Amino acid sequence: MSETEFLLWVRGPALQGATIIFLLGVVVRILGILMLGRKHDLAEARGSAVAGGLRTIISRSFAERETLRRTAFTEVTGWIFHIGLFVTLLFFAPHILLFEEVLGISWPALPTTVIDATTIVTIIALLAVLVHRIGNRVMRFLSRFQDYLVWLLTILPMLTGYIAFHRVGLSPPMLIAIHILSVELLMVVFPFTKLMHAFTLFMSRYYNGAIAGYKGVNS
Amino acid sequence: MSCLTDTNVLKVEAAASLTHNVQPLLHEIRHALARLLDDGGHTVIDLRSLPLAAEEVEQLLDTLGQGEVYARLHALGPTEIVETRYPGVWVVVHFNNDNEVIGKTIEICDIPDLLRSQQEDIRLGLGQLQSQLA
Amino acid sequence: MSKDETLGEALRRQGITRRGFLKFCAATASMMALPPSMVPAIAAALEKARRPSVIWLSFQECTGCIESLTRSHSPTVEGLIFDAISLDYQHTLQAAAGSAAEAARETAMEENYGKYILIVDGSIPLANPGYSTIAGISNLAMLEETAKGAAAIVSMGSCAAFGGIPKAKPNPTGAVSVGDIIKDKPIINVPGCPPIPVVITGVLAHFLIFGTIPELDALGRPMAYYGQSIHDRCYRRPFYDKGKFANTFDDEGAKKGWCLYKLGCKGPTTYNACATTKWNDGTSFPIEAGHPCLGCSEPDFWDGGGFYKAISTPTGDVAKAAIYAAGAGAAAGLALGAMNRARRDKAVGEHVKTTIDDLEKGD
Repeated sequence: MSETEFLLWVRGPALQGATIIFLLGVVVRILGILMLGRKHDLAEARGSAVAGGLRTIISRSFAERETLRRTAFTEVTGWIFHIGLFVTLLFFAPHILLFEEVLGISWPALPTTVIDATTIVTIIALLAVLVHRIGNRVMRFLSRFQDYLVWLLTILPMLTGYIAFHRVGLSPPMLIAIHILSVELLMVVFPFTKLMHAFTLFMSRYYNGAIAGYKGVNS
Repeated sequence: MSCLTDTNVLKVEAAASLTHNVQPLLHEIRHALARLLDDGGHTVIDLRSLPLAAEEVEQLLDTLGQGEVYARLHALGPTEIVETRYPGVWVVVHFNNDNEVIGKTIEICDIPDLLRSQQEDIRLGLGQLQSQLA
Repeated sequence: MSKDETLGEALRRQGITRRGFLKFCAATASMMALPPSMVPAIAAALEKARRPSVIWLSFQECTGCIESLTRSHSPTVEGLIFDAISLDYQHTLQAAAGSAAEAARETAMEENYGKYILIVDGSIPLANPGYSTIAGISNLAMLEETAKGAAAIVSMGSCAAFGGIPKAKPNPTGAVSVGDIIKDKPIINVPGCPPIPVVITGVLAHFLIFGTIPELDALGRPMAYYGQSIHDRCYRRPFYDKGKFANTFDDEGAKKGWCLYKLGCKGPTTYNACATTKWNDGTSFPIEAGHPCLGCSEPDFWDGGGFYKAISTPTGDVAKAAIYAAGAGAAAGLALGAMNRARRDKAVGEHVKTTIDDLEKGD
């Protein structure tokens, strides 16, 4: 298979396949959670469950002071690489073109120099996160194979994207193909791993907040 | 409808992508002139090999200006040689027979090589003159 | 025309003075992007250079490459280079035809065995030799025979270098490139559809002056002309970096000369000299004229996913796949969810106890 044919396959059937597996998996899991439902609280409502739930979705983004003192590193690097991921994914012009093609909407892009810098910062943050996971005794004890797998799947698109943009090593069509392939790999594995937190975080935070809100307490 | 009469012609504004290479180039010429005085060394700068926007080439040639010498050669098409307002700095532009530019250089020397009569050509000319007079 | 004449002697015989010869050398150096300090060395080399014999074979081609070359008006440097070589066979340009032409080729091959340069344009059909023949000889046979005594082969244009348009799907003639057939001779690929004229003559000038093959990249293309991508030398690059794109061919962005990435420009993946050397003696190139780069100097550019589809967009219908997947997911999710509910209700009814193993199941 020539390089051009490979790139066309990656942009064509492979991308369609990955999208199917990704969406199928995500929808099945979310519906599975929702359908199991929550236990009906038989006590009388003393506050608003909905208000509590919605509040908690936002408030849980920030650790409270006591916890923050002990987990500042994780929280800061976590914020950095998550923001970096979204900025590079959503505001790099060629990516916006991809979304426009599939979703029909587009939005302004950020200058490529900004995206370039953001990518570097994100990669550094991700490396720092791995070092912490391996270096810290507690983190090391808690970590399973899936944690390392998910880390690898997240950093690969950043690395391959950076290399493809700067075009070093292999030919440009090959570099772009590898980058898109790394994203497809992420998509395919996504629904079977903790990466589902991207969707389930809303549900679990709401759930906790709703319980507390119903009881009329702060959460 | 012929596109020549079509008034809805798309006008594209050229992107102004200035290279800011004019100043450094002028400094290079300055150094070359100093070297010419020092040890008589010639320097040739090929303008077509440097990244320069069209307006920057104009700017450069305007800055160098025109001095006392203007020469026009006819060898394989015309060539124009101008000494700029800075003696020793010459601008040489080569054209082919269809007046297309095939070379553009700045030469820092006391006289560009092409203005000199070449030994071989002199020899040939002498032979021709001798036959003429014989 | 004596074959033993040096280039210097040949030019003098044409009435070109030494001064004219020096101008020729200066223009050649500029064309090949060599520093002016090399002009004396070039003059010395050209003075002594023997005129190489060149055999040009045209196979499955559109003659665009020859058109590109001969469009450079003579006597420019390009024209003189052609006077400098001894073009012993080229069936479009030569006056002889038929058996006289073939005789000329065979004579040239014999007299210069091991030393002539073979230029090929057009692809070679393998599915059936009858698809393209010259004087009854198939392209494949003629190529193999002529390549045997060649010092080097220049694959002129994308068809000879990579297969070109005949090779595009479904490739009915089984077209292949020169490099797919000849494996034991140095091959210089000069792709482009067509290649820029000055690139063609620059390669020949390199032979004349240095007597060697220029430095080649991984695809066998001269680094001097194919070492940079269009994207890295494009004057519209600042617009790409700032995120300013033309969306259609006549919108505001297009009129302002913004980047053509969205319209399918293949500049980022294409290596050629168009953005610096340009076409028509430096007049312009496709992007400057408002059309996205086709990537014509890259292999398989005809099948590269569409000239007007940006490189980062999918080639299949992802939206449709997504909708079907979501629909199937919904159905499966509801079904599985119902099953889970039923299992849970049953477990609750039977007062099944939860143990530590159940909680660690997800690990």
